Amino acid sequence: MRLAGRFGGAALSLVMVAVLGFFLFRVVPGDPVVSMTRGRPTTAAMQAELRAQFGLDRPLPEQFWNYFTSLLQGDLGTSFTFRRPVADVILERLGPTLLLVGTATLIAVGLGLWLGVRAAWRRDSGFDRVTTGVSLTLWAVPTFWLGMLLMMVTGDLFPSRGMRDTDTAPDFVSQALDVGHHLVLPSVTLVAVVCAEYMLVMRSSLLEEMHAPYLTTARAKGLRDDVVRRRHAVPNAVLPAITLVFLRFGLVVAGAITTETVFSWPGLGLLFYDALTGPDYLLLQGLLVVTAGAVVVMNLLADLLHGVLDPRVKVV
Amino acid sequence: MRGVGAVGGFLAGRVDRGGFLAQRAGVAGAAVLAVAALIALLAPLLIPADALDVTRVTDGAWQPPGPGHWLGTDHTGRSVALLMAQGTGTSLFVGLTAAVLAVGIGTLVGILSGHFGGLLAGALLRVTDFFLVLPALVLAIALSTVLPRGLGTIILAIGLTSWPSTARMVRAQTLTIEARPFVERARALGGGHTHVIGRHVLPSVVPLVLVNATLAVASAIVAESTLAFLGLGDPTRISWGAMLHQAQLHGAVPQRAWWFLLPPGLAIVVVVLAFTLVGRALEAVVTPKR
Repeated sequence: MRLAGRFGGAALSLVMVAVLGFFLFRVVPGDPVVSMTRGRPTTAAMQAELRAQFGLDRPLPEQFWNYFTSLLQGDLGTSFTFRRPVADVILERLGPTLLLVGTATLIAVGLGLWLGVRAAWRRDSGFDRVTTGVSLTLWAVPTFWLGMLLMMVTGDLFPSRGMRDTDTAPDFVSQALDVGHHLVLPSVTLVAVVCAEYMLVMRSSLLEEMHAPYLTTARAKGLRDDVVRRRHAVPNAVLPAITLVFLRFGLVVAGAITTETVFSWPGLGLLFYDALTGPDYLLLQGLLVVTAGAVVVMNLLADLLHGVLDPRVKVV
Repeated sequence: MRGVGAVGGFLAGRVDRGGFLAQRAGVAGAAVLAVAALIALLAPLLIPADALDVTRVTDGAWQPPGPGHWLGTDHTGRSVALLMAQGTGTSLFVGLTAAVLAVGIGTLVGILSGHFGGLLAGALLRVTDFFLVLPALVLAIALSTVLPRGLGTIILAIGLTSWPSTARMVRAQTLTIEARPFVERARALGGGHTHVIGRHVLPSVVPLVLVNATLAVASAIVAESTLAFLGLGDPTRISWGAMLHQAQLHGAVPQRAWWFLLPPGLAIVVVVLAFTLVGRALEAVVTPKR
């Protein structure tokens, strides 16, 4: 019953994502063609042709129906700037983003949770004050600025543009090393900002557990301090933290947009930037639907995972 | 960027009572904000208009800090120090108004969905949760792309995308208050919706809303700088984010023009941190001890 509800909720959210995409790019701008061609010389005939091409000359309900049915078939329309199907362009850029976001998330989750546990366990210690202070400061740092700063400070140590050099040998090892070399600065940038939030989340989650009676029991049994922490406190505190990590997946998405823009990393984030400078409405709409859809799916996963990991959730 | 509005959430309901130290940090934050506000108010009065006019500047481009321009000059020869002072107002104004808009919507939605049960509450909750998980920056980018560029658009884009965390919190507080006996008594004595909301719910929600608003300003300033950095800002106004946009566009990094890169970013960090510290201190004050 609970599962059916979750899946139903996620499905409804996905439909809402689709509606939002339609509303934002076809209804809000008034006449999308006018804002699309802003700053470019266009004749009335060209505008009319564009309107027909995008189906904008039809009534709104019909437009929505066409949009929605093609969306269900994976057709996101044709990009204005790339002159290719939006779905193809997005698929092509998926790999680099998954690599960057995946690497950064893994490191950030590991590091953030570890730091958070340490800080909360020795509350108000020097370590706690320093890590909390650093995290609060990093939370205030704009991602893109941190990236620019790192780029300037490291100088020529790391490549700062793109994902690979054109003159690298084609064999797998040198290619992988080259990509890894290019990956350093963008992932450090993304990790720094995201990790700060994970650390704060983990810290407050463990602080909630600190005075729980079961910890007193564990101590009364004569367990060593770090056994109490590892075996009793952390397993209970990590669940809400992990759920929040999934819930804040949008944060990573946002970070990826600015990081990829700064480092010209050829992923979805840079594509976002390309689309908004166009502006390429259909591409932007496709990106919105895809990323928002991904976030909804991630949340569903978090929910399911939480149910598996924490038997208490099933009772509720 | 912290997904535009994703702040407040982790602080809400999980109060970290840092005690005296947190209070002191809060006071320091308030002092920083007072200075920033002073600069924002005085800058337009004290800076002569032609000092920031690209066609009338006398300094060369990309000058390192030195006499006459103690923070150096940008790609057009304008003084970075003056640009910084001029940008303070925009960044603070957008941060404050966007936060007020977001917290206003959040409070309204939160009280409505908490007070009125049934279909309306269900629908509002559904919408809130939907927007809570969506990446706010992505939505803000979409909104600022389709609307005409300008200060109003930025404020709207940030305000309309960062209200859900406030709504959730206010709803929870509304439900807690309405479960208390004195509200039941007020109802039994014939108090209507307006009475219950106005006299009981609203006063109990205000402190929480204030805390949330402070934190929302912090996130809105980061959001403004990010949108401006992506080139979605008001092209006619100087803001810290817009300066960083120029720095990226005109290659401040390859030029090693640290004086054009450091000040705007540092200013954002300091002001955002100040709002965060004040928010945390307020939170420790208004949340009753358990």
